Amino acid sequence: MVHLGGARMIQVGDEIAQRVFWIDRKLLKKYADASGDQNPIHQDEAFAKSVGLPDVIAHGMLTMALVGKFVSDWAGGSSAVKEYSTRFVKPVIVPLGKKVDLTVSATVTEVDGSNVRLSVTATSDGVKVLGMTKALVVKS
Amino acid sequence: MLNPDSVGRTFHSAKSFPVTASEIAAFAAVIGEDDLTVAPPTFSIRISLEQSQDVLSDPQVGIDWSRVVHGDQKFEIVRPIVAGDVLTCSSTIENYKVLAGNEIATVRSDLHSKDGLVVSSWSTLVVRA
Repeated sequence: MVHLGGARMIQVGDEIAQRVFWIDRKLLKKYADASGDQNPIHQDEAFAKSVGLPDVIAHGMLTMALVGKFVSDWAGGSSAVKEYSTRFVKPVIVPLGKKVDLTVSATVTEVDGSNVRLSVTATSDGVKVLGMTKALVVKS
Repeated sequence: MLNPDSVGRTFHSAKSFPVTASEIAAFAAVIGEDDLTVAPPTFSIRISLEQSQDVLSDPQVGIDWSRVVHGDQKFEIVRPIVAGDVLTCSSTIENYKVLAGNEIATVRSDLHSKDGLVVSSWSTLVVRA
């Protein structure tokens, strides 16, 4: 069990407050440059539609990176994240000129000393975009 | 279709990947991370996804990369990546199956520094029928 400066211990079932990240086309370009993933489905609307997508979609790994930020902020920083996994169930659709939400929340599923396992939920426009998202962190 | 002989094979990257502070800063900026002393948890995808792509696109492996979508992703992080790391990547096709005409391949990527394993990751990639 973990004591946080006298605060109560973290327990299984604890919920981490929901947080919203905003995604727009500019962020997709920024992630494409930072990650090296220049797939045109994440930048070019005509191309995305030509392969059957409704519009430009966010990189799944951008979604995972943002959710990772949510997890690491709670745990105490990037170094705290030991395991992190997800399934990409639905794309985050990013229309031109719009900011779309990525709404993230989590629940504590296991506590073993300072090792804490989380189950994370992520939606965009009310649709679940990630599935079976789990993280193991060392909580500080 | 994937050549069944390639399942279980490990491919070692021909080059190594030096990690720079500016690469970490650019990745961190996307997610609003201010701490630049270590890389964010998913930073290693910069290296591993390209390697997985190279492996699956190998003519002897035979996957048509242009129809690939990302199905699942997992990281096991031994220690965070830091600027100055010089990493090598070995990629293994751990699993392969065909479901409803879609090819599904799981590639494991191990990134090593000179001191040992830094991160293992698994990318499950789906080639749409």
